[in-house]
Amino acid sequence: MKKITRIVNGRVIDPANRRDESADLWIANGQITTAQVGEATETIDASGLVVAPGLIDIHVHLREPGQSHKETIASGTRAAAAGGFTTIVAMPNTTPPADSAATITWIKEKAAREACVNVLCTGAISKGLKGEELAPFGSLFQAGVVALTDDGHCIQNHEIMRRAVEYARMFGLTVMDHCQDYSIVGDGIMHEGEWSLRLGLPGWPRAGEEMIVARNIMLAELCDSPIHCQHISSSGSVRLIREARARGVKISGEVCAHHIALTDATLAAFDTNFKMNPPLRTQEDIDAIIKGIADGTLTILCSDHAPHASYEKEVEIDHAPFGITGLETQFAIFHDVLVHQREAIDLPRLIALFTSEPAALLKLDRGTLGIGAPADIVLIDPRLDWTFDKDQSASLSKNTPFHGHNWRGRAVRTIVRGETVWSLPT
Amino acid sequence: MKADPHISESTQQMVMDAESMEKAIRRMAHEIVERHDSLNKLVLAGIPTRGVEVARRLADHIEKIEGVRPYFGTLDISMHRDDLSTRGRVTALEVTRLPMDIDNRPLVLVDDVFFTGRTTRAALDALASFGRPSIIQLAVLVDRGHRELPIRPDYVGKNLPTSLEQKIRVRFENLDSVPDSVFVIKP
Amino acid sequence: MSSWKRKDLTGLDELDADEITFLLDTARAFKGVGKRSLKKVPALRGKTLVNFFVEPSTRTRTSFEIAAMRLSADVVNISATASSLQKGETLKDTALNLQALQADIIVLRHSSPGSSRFLAERLESSIINAGDGAHEHPTQGLLDIFTIREKFGRIEGLNVSIVGDILFSRVARSNIFGLLKLGAKVTLVGPSTLVPKSFEKLGVRVIHRIDDVLAEADVVNLLRIQHERQRKEYFPGLGEYVALFGLTKARAAKLKPSCLIMHPGPINRGIEIDSDVADGAQSVILEQVTNGIAVRMAVLYSCAGGAGVPS
Repeated sequence: MKKITRIVNGRVIDPANRRDESADLWIANGQITTAQVGEATETIDASGLVVAPGLIDIHVHLREPGQSHKETIASGTRAAAAGGFTTIVAMPNTTPPADSAATITWIKEKAAREACVNVLCTGAISKGLKGEELAPFGSLFQAGVVALTDDGHCIQNHEIMRRAVEYARMFGLTVMDHCQDYSIVGDGIMHEGEWSLRLGLPGWPRAGEEMIVARNIMLAELCDSPIHCQHISSSGSVRLIREARARGVKISGEVCAHHIALTDATLAAFDTNFKMNPPLRTQEDIDAIIKGIADGTLTILCSDHAPHASYEKEVEIDHAPFGITGLETQFAIFHDVLVHQREAIDLPRLIALFTSEPAALLKLDRGTLGIGAPADIVLIDPRLDWTFDKDQSASLSKNTPFHGHNWRGRAVRTIVRGETVWSLPT
Repeated sequence: MKADPHISESTQQMVMDAESMEKAIRRMAHEIVERHDSLNKLVLAGIPTRGVEVARRLADHIEKIEGVRPYFGTLDISMHRDDLSTRGRVTALEVTRLPMDIDNRPLVLVDDVFFTGRTTRAALDALASFGRPSIIQLAVLVDRGHRELPIRPDYVGKNLPTSLEQKIRVRFENLDSVPDSVFVIKP
Repeated sequence: MSSWKRKDLTGLDELDADEITFLLDTARAFKGVGKRSLKKVPALRGKTLVNFFVEPSTRTRTSFEIAAMRLSADVVNISATASSLQKGETLKDTALNLQALQADIIVLRHSSPGSSRFLAERLESSIINAGDGAHEHPTQGLLDIFTIREKFGRIEGLNVSIVGDILFSRVARSNIFGLLKLGAKVTLVGPSTLVPKSFEKLGVRVIHRIDDVLAEADVVNLLRIQHERQRKEYFPGLGEYVALFGLTKARAAKLKPSCLIMHPGPINRGIEIDSDVADGAQSVILEQVTNGIAVRMAVLYSCAGGAGVPS
């Protein structure tokens, strides 16, 4: 018998189609469909829940190939599903780096076998992420990458970056940049300010990010081609992007959950789970970023999910790798801070930032509940208060600063192509 | 009269008041004078905190009796004890003040309460690092019994048989802001 | 009566004024031990202390060694070259091994900020920070403060100027934290690259002209300029540093007669301090060294005792 699923009693929020109403949602053949004549074979009661397009995270480190002790495509996608994400975009800094069609094909084939959510790939901008020679964008595009980035690294040579943006334009690919000026940042590991002075840790000043954001604005303008600035951490970057967008420059910016939830003061205990790149900054930066999200300057929310094994993180702070996990915590943090506590945006806008906005940026056929779209759906309980327990995390790694934190709101069921891949244990 | 406002009266019993303490200390001073010829060489070494006060009062009395004030000093024995890690907390040390040279001088250790003798043993160890007095004696305001070492006081203000569970609390008005007193505290 | 309940000393930033005063008072009692003919007390008899130095330092290590010996502890010195850290073992594993060897106290010198705290949180042994990167050097801070308090009888209200490379100095940080808690007025003096204005957020004053502090200072604490490994972009050269910030004879003459001249050592004669000034009547540089033993005895004694406290 043909499977027909009906999600009843929910509040359907579908920003791509400007919908926010109480309605039933029908699924057949793994696609959103119109109301069926006849009986549903599966009925999902969404009373009190929001029914939204499956969330999209365009900044995730799945660590395969090469670093499967940190995360695998299987474990990383399980964590994504547990966070309400149906589509994630993998960063290319694997071993080997995703700078060739062969690696992209390997990842896609492995994902087809093991992933429980959609895995999309980015290709490297430069061969070996070295910032010296362009990777083969054409064959990467044919292999199916959705964007180009050297994430974790930043191309320092402006000429190379310019040519990358110009060349990527031919394929309609967005270039995404990890904004970090190496000469200014040096060996900095935390925000340069009162706390870096107090703790004696090398500072990573705002200007180290802002210089490259400014560079990217100029290059996006010069090349008339989009550049996406990843994980914006500094108030000055928000200001630069706001001004540029007002002039019509094709520049965009994204925000990680930890950058609006935590300040640099949390480094006081030298806990490496608070060490990430770019670093946690001050309340002033948090306020500026939230304002940037509210006024449309920053249009993408993400996790920068960066798993590391405990033995890698449990070392002296200046030897520890940057990064934390985040797929399972980010939606709750953004919802709690932006919608519940600060009332900076409403719930439909929050969902847009996780669905229609990233889909538009990377030209994805996802992030919508339109008729015929893949039935990637998340059910969200916006009133559920819960506590994060890292030991319950689906990720292979537990490097999170949020163990024991409480938030309001979370995904309770994740559906990919009409099949429930995760639901909150009751 | 209440000696300690935190302890109910039913669990504590006053065994010495200001007058009997004064008498006892004066009598000990006389005994010390009788047994020492060269009072100008005598050192009274009080063990902090209240042994120092007993020693100071002994010195006052000796000065009144004989017109000669013996050297009055302080001997902190905390750093000479061997039970540091089992004491539970570390309390502040007092500065030890003794004459530059205690060799061949008579010395009287002074404490408020004599119990097991371990404090005295630590004090003897401590003294060894300062020199070699001609004679070392021990004066205590209260001897409560239960010696655990072959050490006994030479001068005793009051012998006070106690049970092991009881505590002795010595108070001096100038240190504790309550009248001079000795209390037995029952558990 | 005040008491001490910590098993570790990882920094002065985390102590309150009472705890710092406790250590200073305890150090005063221990200072007397150094004047006795028999300079040894049995307080740490049977305890094993490991001097675990992952960065070279003869002075601090020797001072801890003497302090431990005066407390009758058994001392083992392990330096980076001898340790297995160079064979790829992590700090955590090396430290767990030291604990398995039943070290009661580990004195750690390490280039990473927070490394002492890292061990303190993971080991039952007492951890004493003997310098963690640019973060803290609490026993040096304590001995500086001890020396000042011994001379003035107080800390509160004193004008203390710390001169030099503050940005990379753990000695400066421990001094700043301790002095501020005890009520001193602290001024940092040095080139704007090494003494950024944002230090003022810590509660100190930042000044870039040493001549502006000479008349008011009760203490001038000169830090060693690490020219041998100083990154050259921070200031143009030693000659310019001496001209702008060196405590020359002419500058020393403008100090109050009561002003103490301090230096954590080893001094660069003729650079941060004029040679005659270093040897002059106002210099307490060698007293600092002597006081370092008493302060370290107090820290070892307190932490070894504090380790027995059920938390």
